Parts: sequence; C-alpha cells; structure tokens
Amino acid sequence: MAHTSHDGENYLNHEKGLWSWLSTIDHKRIGVMYLFTVLVFFFIGGVAAMLVRAELFRPGLTLMTADTYNKMFTYHGTIMVFMVVIPLIPSAFGNFVLPMMLGAKDVAFPKLNLASYYVWLAGALVATASLVVNQLDTGWTFYTPYSIRTSTSASWVLLGAFIMGFGGIFTSLNFIATIHKLRAPGLTWGRLPLFVWASYATAIVQLLATPVLALTLFLVVLERSTGIGIFDPKLGGDPVLFQHFFWFYSHPAVYIMALPAMGIISEVIPVHARKQVFGYWAIALATFGIALVAFVVWGHHMFVSGQSELANFLFSLITMFVAVPTGVKVFSWVATLYKGDLHFRMPLLYAFAFIFVFTIGGLTGVFLAALGSNVHLTDTYFVVAHFHYVMVGGTIMGMLAGLHHWFPKMSGRMYSEGWARVSWFLVFMGFNITFFPQFIVGSQGMPRRYYDYVPEFTTLNQISSVGAWIIGVGFVLMALYLLHALFRGAKAPPNPWGAATLEWAQDSPPPFHNFDKDPVVTHGPYDYRTSH
Amino acid sequence: MLVDILRSTLPMAGSDVARDWDAFYAFLTWTSTIFFVGVVAAMVIFTIKYRHRAGHKADTEVHGNVPLEIVWTVIPTILVMVVFVWGYALYRDMVTAPGDSVEIKAIGKQWLWQFQYDDGRSYTNKVFVPVNRPVKFIITSEDVLHSFFVPNMRVKKDAVPGRYTTVWFEATAEGAHIVYCAEYCGTQHSGMLATVYAVSPEIWRRFIQGREIDENKLASGAADEVTMSAAATESKGGAERPISLIDQGRGLVASKGCVACHSVDGKQGIGPSLKGIHGAGVDFANGDHLEARDLNYLREAIEFPNARLVKGYGPMMPTFRGMVSETELTAMLEYIKSLK
Ligand code: HEC
Ligand SMILES: [Cu+2]
Ligand SMILES: [Cu+2]
Repeated sequence: MAHTSHDGENYLNHEKGLWSWLSTIDHKRIGVMYLFTVLVFFFIGGVAAMLVRAELFRPGLTLMTADTYNKMFTYHGTIMVFMVVIPLIPSAFGNFVLPMMLGAKDVAFPKLNLASYYVWLAGALVATASLVVNQLDTGWTFYTPYSIRTSTSASWVLLGAFIMGFGGIFTSLNFIATIHKLRAPGLTWGRLPLFVWASYATAIVQLLATPVLALTLFLVVLERSTGIGIFDPKLGGDPVLFQHFFWFYSHPAVYIMALPAMGIISEVIPVHARKQVFGYWAIALATFGIALVAFVVWGHHMFVSGQSELANFLFSLITMFVAVPTGVKVFSWVATLYKGDLHFRMPLLYAFAFIFVFTIGGLTGVFLAALGSNVHLTDTYFVVAHFHYVMVGGTIMGMLAGLHHWFPKMSGRMYSEGWARVSWFLVFMGFNITFFPQFIVGSQGMPRRYYDYVPEFTTLNQISSVGAWIIGVGFVLMALYLLHALFRGAKAPPNPWGAATLEWAQDSPPPFHNFDKDPVVTHGPYDYRTSH
Repeated sequence: MLVDILRSTLPMAGSDVARDWDAFYAFLTWTSTIFFVGVVAAMVIFTIKYRHRAGHKADTEVHGNVPLEIVWTVIPTILVMVVFVWGYALYRDMVTAPGDSVEIKAIGKQWLWQFQYDDGRSYTNKVFVPVNRPVKFIITSEDVLHSFFVPNMRVKKDAVPGRYTTVWFEATAEGAHIVYCAEYCGTQHSGMLATVYAVSPEIWRRFIQGREIDENKLASGAADEVTMSAAATESKGGAERPISLIDQGRGLVASKGCVACHSVDGKQGIGPSLKGIHGAGVDFANGDHLEARDLNYLREAIEFPNARLVKGYGPMMPTFRGMVSETELTAMLEYIKSLK
C-alpha cells in the first residue's frame, strides 16, 4: 500500500524554517513539537533527580543544604509529573500516530490542536517560573497548611497545572471527536488498534478530572484573598480537605499517565511477536474498567491522614479492584507471546522491560491498598519505589517502547540496534538497581522526603544512587544514538516491522498530507496473515 | 519460616501487632513473588520456544481463550478479597486501643515532638512507656502536618493541626524505639526524631510515682540505677512538683473566664454546663445531632464556637482561637473530660 508519489516530499521537508514549525497545524509536526518540549523537561527533571540521589549518597550534608534538597525534590516531582509523564504519551505519540492509525488526514480540529500546544506550553512556563522564582519546597503534593505558609507559589504552580490541564482538555476533545468521526471506511470499533482505545479512555479521564484541579485552585485562591477558612485550620479550614481535592485529581492523573503506556505495549507486542493480540476485547474493556475505578479510589492516599474509618474501609475495598483489570492486561500481553514469532528488536525489549517492572509496580500496589500493611508502609520509601515502578517503569518504559517503535516513522531513519541494546540494558538494570533497594529501605522504615537518614540505611541508599547514575548514562547514550540516527541513520523503509496498522501504510516519514488514496480497512489491527 | 526470610527487610517487631503485621507482609510478599515469577517464567519460556529463527512461524490463529481468561480474572479477584479482609482485620487491631490504655499526649511542631503526661510532666523528643501495657497517644500539631511513625510498632498517624488523632501500641520489647516524622514538614523534617523508651513494670511504677528516668542507664537494667531517687528528682526538677493536667485545666478554665458563662456542676448559665458533656450526646440549633461529644468536637466548640451552636443557646461565646496554646487546650479538655 505504500506509495511515493511526491518524490521524497514529506511532512518534515515540505516546508522549512522555524516559523513553519511554530505555526503548523499538522498533527505530525505538533506531535514532534510536544515530544521535543517534553524531552527538554525530562532532561531538567532528570538532572534534579541525579542531584537528589547524589545528596542521598551519604547521610547528613553531602552536597547541599536541607532547604536546597527540599527544593530539588520538589522540582523533580513537579516537573516529572505535570510536565513529563502526564503529557508525554497522549500529546506526543497520540498526536503523531492516532490520526494515521485511523486513516485520517488530521485530527478533527487541527487549529485547536496547535492551540493545545501553546496553552500547555504557557502552563508549563508558568509552573516552571514559579518553581524558580518562588523557590517552592512543598513537594509536588502541595499539602496544606505547609503550602499556605511557606510561600504563595503553590497557587501559581497549581495555576500552571490547571493551564496545562486545559491543553490536555483540548487534546482530549480532539481525540474523542477524531475517533468518532474520522475513522477510515472499514475501520469498525472492533478493528481499532488498542492504542486508540487507550487514548480514548485517557481522554475521557482527562476531561472529567481536570476541572477538579480548577476547583481546588479556585478554593486556594479564594482562601488567600478573602480569608475564609477552607484548608487552613488557623482560619477554621480543614487541611485534610485539600488532600481530598488534590488526590481526586491526582489519582486519575496516575491513569492519564499509565493507560496510554499500556496502549503502546498492546501495539508493540503483537507487531514484534507477529501475532494477534490475545484477548482484544478483554484488554479494551479492562482499559475502561481501570478508567472508571480511577475516580473512586483517591482516598487510598490518605489512610493515616485522619479521614474516617468508613472512608478507609471503602477506599481500600474499591482500590483492590484496580488489580483485577491490570492483571488481565499483563496476562493477555504475555499470552500474546504464546506461539508467536518473537523478533527481539528494541520495541519488544522495552515491552519486556515494561512487563517486568510494571508487574512489580502493580503487585506492590496491593501492599499499599490493603489497610493494615499500608499504615507502616505509607509515606516511606516503599511508596517512592512503588510509584517509580509504576510511573517510570510503566510510563517511561512504555514511552521508550513507543519511541523505538515509531522513531523510523517519525524521522525516516533507523537507529543503531547495537547501541540501543547497550542503552536498554543500562536503563533497565539501572532502574532496578535504583528502585528495588528503596522497597527494602522503606519497609525498614525510612520515610520519604528525608534529607538525612540513620546510618543503617546508608548501603541501600548508595546502591540506589549508583543505579540512578547508571540510568543517567543509559539515557545519555540513547540521546547520542538517536541524534546520530537523525542525521546519519540508514533510511527507514515504510514498514520496517511489518505492522498492520495504518500509520505504516505510507512512507517513512509520512507525506505532509496523509494518505493520497483514502485507505480502506479490510482486516483487524493485528492481522499479519496477509502481510509479510 | 517464610516470615523469617523477610526479617532483614523489616525493623524489629516490638509488639504483638507488629508480629501480626509481619505475617501479613510475608503473605503479600510470597503471593506476589509467585505471581511475578509466573509472569517472568512465561516470558522466558516463550522467548526460548518462540524466538524468531529460520523456518519458525507464528500461529496466527490464537487470539483468545475464554476459560483461561475467566480463570485469570476470577483467581485474582478472590485473592485481592482475601488480602482486603485480612488487611482490614489487621487494621482494626492496629487502630482500636484497649480501654485501659495509658494515655499520653503528643504534639508535633516544626521540628520536634512534645510528649505530655496527665501528671503534668512533659518531655521533648523522648517518651517513656511501660512494656506489656497498651499505650495510646493523642496526637495533634501546632503548625503544619506531621506524622507520628514508630517503625518497630508498625504504626503511623498524621498529626493534624486543629484536630486530634490517635495511635496505640503495646510494646513487648524493652528498649529504645525510634520515632520518625513521616509527613513532610519543611527544613528539618528528617531531623524530627524522637525515641520511645519501653521500660520494665518496676521502672514504670517508679516513674509514675514521680521519679525521673535516666534513659542513658536503661540498658544496664537495675531499677535503682535507672530511676533517680525522689530527692535527686526534686533537686533536678526544682522544688515544685509538676501540676497535673487536670489541675492546670481547672486553673485555665477559671483564668480564661469560661466560668463566667459555664458552670462545672451542672447548673445552666449563659452557656451549657461543662459537667458530663464529654462522651454524651448533644442537639444543635440547626437540628443536627451528635452521638458523643469527643475531643475533636470540644476543641471545635472552643476555637470555633459558632460553627455548631448548641440547641437553646445563642451565639454568645467568643472564639478562643489563637488565645489558648495547644498545651493549654489539652489541659482544659483534660479537665472538662474529668467533670463526670
Ligand atoms: C460569653 C459567654 C461564654 C464564655 C466566656 C465562654 N463560653 Fe463556652 N459557650 C457559651 C455558649 C452560649 C455556648 C453554647 C452555644 C455554642 O455552642 O456556642 C457555649 C458552648 C461551649 C461548649 C460546647 C458545650 C456543649 O454542650 O456542647 C464548650 C465545650 C465551651 N463552650 C467551652 C468554653 C470554654 C473552655 C470557655 C473558656 C475558654 C468558654 N466556653 C467561654 C458561652 C461562653
Ligand atoms: Cu492513587
Ligand atoms: Cu515532618
């Protein structure tokens, strides 16, 4: 189906110059712009992480004062959550591949799409500016009353997050409309790639959850300006109420981060195992199951906050049900490998890494969902390890699977498989070396956000810090071979992996106008009998 | 046995509840390990059997297996329900303090822990408790959130400003148990440490008689050496013995002018009598009803008197927010509690 009717014309070279990028309404270019911007933030957040780990290499003062350290983990958390992990997959990869997967020329509202980028960028800059100007040291959770007392900046970061949320809302609206209206003939709901299902569920979660952030922000600002007590006990407010609002948004946000990564894994495994996905409908339904439950489990972050025992009972009970659809997905991915023809190229290697770490992340989630075990483990390094296994192990590994899967499509170049394997090994090993010891040091009782610790915890912290640097080296290497590939890499064929979804049915990189001939879909997304 | 292997990943178990906790943790860890090993083993086996090589082809017909999918939905569902029930039962034990607990007040502030006994003595960053007797901490904070965390007892509870929360444990092991602040609270968050000293019944007996404990000598054991003589205690703490919380409270209720509106013997005044209100029900002017007036209600009545007006009374009471310290509030409430 691939055709080259434009003599090498493609979306990258059909117009040149910075302005042609900044003013583009092409979903592919907007996706690339998002990817680039998010990776810049990923770099900044990563540097903060390296500094945090360096400080923790020894107890007491190693490198910086306690106040600087507190700012450092606040920068790391805020940037990674709001500027990286939330937008990364939907905005970068979603924008790039989703319309093509549907056989569409673009998203339903291309101008809104460009607006989403600038709105998101404005929010990100507001948040960054206030982090730096106000020297925020509250942690990314901004708990009251501490956040009210230290400085005014928590409301600015919340404002930034809210503006970014609007960018997310625009993207979500676009995806929902595009999925409903712009599917190619023959692309029935049962033939939708699972990444599309995941993007759909994510879009709904994002649409519903973001307004809560707006409400929280509004209340914080109201409290400050009028002095009526909402969150501050000095004014008669309730600090625990802030936690409710915060997690009512931020728990679903966890699924805004995780679901798209799961979508990528559902895409990558069949392609590189050359086999139909196992349990297509089970995975699609599990996606929606998780999205639904996401809204009614926020209280599991607050089991020792003093909320009522009834709330604890219910939140623990409901949270247990997150484990079931998550398990279904993991089992289905593994079962997809059965009787496959496994090509261990980078995307599949990252998918394996994903399943490995995400399974640990999910299982340790059960430790935290159960009330009794939660009491000891919550607010310790066990939680830090758990959510890094889910968010780095899940979202970032999923993103890396997607990056290596779609890089040839985006850039038109192949990267060096050899260096990529070395980097994969460093990132995967480094990740486990960094975060596995944190489960142990957490069980032993080391609380999170600790600048200093008792000498018994030194060894485990040192292993963890060394692991972080190994990850760092892995990422630097990755940046190098990807940059090299961009300029010197071998030309990528239209469909290097023999995938059956529509984004591969045109040249790499794709032409500026997707699909000269409107595609007609005649088979499922993972039907490899007809292709190669 | 399965618990023992995990011992090195856990702090010492200083109570029976901590031992129950360890058993639950072992169950979770081993069940998770079985699942994890299963998933990884499947990946390894499939890697070996189905890796790409010349002549090998995928079987494109496999796309699902309903019985298998039902099995791997139902089994995890049952397992997580077991986890939930077990976890909840354990949690009930962890949060339900026995009625005969020794009560100690703990106040968190940036960046120290203050402990107060009913007899008026108070200590910073150290607290003495008896072994083999339940001890209950009534926790609050003077400024921001903190969290009272004793890893050896496997208990933790946030210290919330403007509110009381509780934690209890029954230490079975004598010795020092570290207390961390587990809720981020600013610069010295990681330095906000305290120690729980669990002491023998004999030393505890002397302690509640008013003698002081020298925690540096605790390891050596002998009660005579550890507790200072009454005379030494006197000279160290000055001549006057500390005033008990109840007496402090009685003095404050008088000096702050509460008695102008509140009797302490049951007679109605401008406001309801304070006698017997703790633990009893109350009707509010807005029609609401409270089953039992607890400490959190009483402190709200003092700090925000108009939040919920007692039925039959007007909004006459001025607020005392910011005019009584956290320790004064504790003492007044202790006194009101004692008016039976
Ligand atoms: C000017 C009179 C006045 C003063 C002074 C006053 N109160 Fe009150 N208080 C009232 C009135 C009237 C009510 C009932 C209406 C309400 O709930 O506010 C009340 C209610 C209460 C209640 C709730 C009683 C219940 O039955 O639930 C408590 C507890 C209380 N006061 C404690 C105090 C304390 C402690 C002080 C001193 C620090 C104090 N009050 C000072 C007038 C007063
Ligand atoms: Cu959550
Ligand atoms: Cu703290």
